Amino acid sequence: MSEFRFAVNVLPKPGILDPQGRAVEGSLGHLGIAGVSAVRVGRRVELTVEAPDEGAAAAIAERLASELLANPLIEAHGVERIA
Amino acid sequence: MTRIGVVIFPGSNRDRDTLRAIELAGGEAVPLWHETASLEGSAAIVVPGGFAYGDYLRAGVIARFSPVMRAVGAFAERDGLVLGICNGFQVIAEAGLVPGALLRNRGLRFLGRDVHIAIERFDTPFTMLAGPRRPLRVPIAHGEGCYFADDVTLDALERDGQVLFRYVHDDGSVAGEAGDPDNPNGSLRAIAGVINAAGNVAGLMPHPECAVEALLGSDDGFGIIRSLVESAGAAEREGRAPRLAGSAA
Repeated sequence: MSEFRFAVNVLPKPGILDPQGRAVEGSLGHLGIAGVSAVRVGRRVELTVEAPDEGAAAAIAERLASELLANPLIEAHGVERIA
Repeated sequence: MTRIGVVIFPGSNRDRDTLRAIELAGGEAVPLWHETASLEGSAAIVVPGGFAYGDYLRAGVIARFSPVMRAVGAFAERDGLVLGICNGFQVIAEAGLVPGALLRNRGLRFLGRDVHIAIERFDTPFTMLAGPRRPLRVPIAHGEGCYFADDVTLDALERDGQVLFRYVHDDGSVAGEAGDPDNPNGSLRAIAGVINAAGNVAGLMPHPECAVEALLGSDDGFGIIRSLVESAGAAEREGRAPRLAGSAA
């Protein structure tokens, strides 16, 4: 068994209202920053999976992402291998 | 007396109100700790409000995987009556027992105040004694109550009569979608609560259990609690209340 580290990135799906993103956008003016738009706020979860190989580990991370870390009705997710 | 189970998670905070409202309505309220998979012979289940497991990750999602919720899911699958209130609505939505999801309030703020809702159907186990038809004044207390489903789902819900509660103005007219304070969280189509297609699982964001006697400022929610207790009693008498293996008689 080896250990593999992944990051799961979760974002509101396109078209889903993202009030947090909108709030961040709304604050940009206070910072004197112009030209920034389409802010989306999501979540990043990093985790270590113990498995015989990377494929098996990735499958576990993907299952965790789709069943728990993201709600497929409203959120999209991606799984990436990290060091 | 008909036993109505009230699920208690770490972080539940409306469980006492719910237990008391059930007793007021003539039921025997049974607290069900989240770690037990037994529903202790309950003829109906309420998943109450609060912040189950601290609402970490997403409101309701951790609770969804608790032993008690697995039992509640099996109970619902066998036509058992389940009502989710506020955080309980979030839990049963995450569990897929009712359609849709609850997003952060559009205004981003946690809201605790009274709202008006209308009951769209009086022929369900949750609303049959809740007439006469008029807006109900009931409290809300939530930060993530913005009802969301895609347009196809919303159209289907409307067509099939699955929109059970809607936010309305005090004259009973339906509240707007965005920017109308009478739709406190910006729910799509002003949906405050829904019922599943089979008609045995319902959820809503407002708190009927906190509006069950005049002393509390409103008793407009009592009809919903009474409906549930009566429906559970009828299901039990008619042998329709599911009994799960391993649960007490």
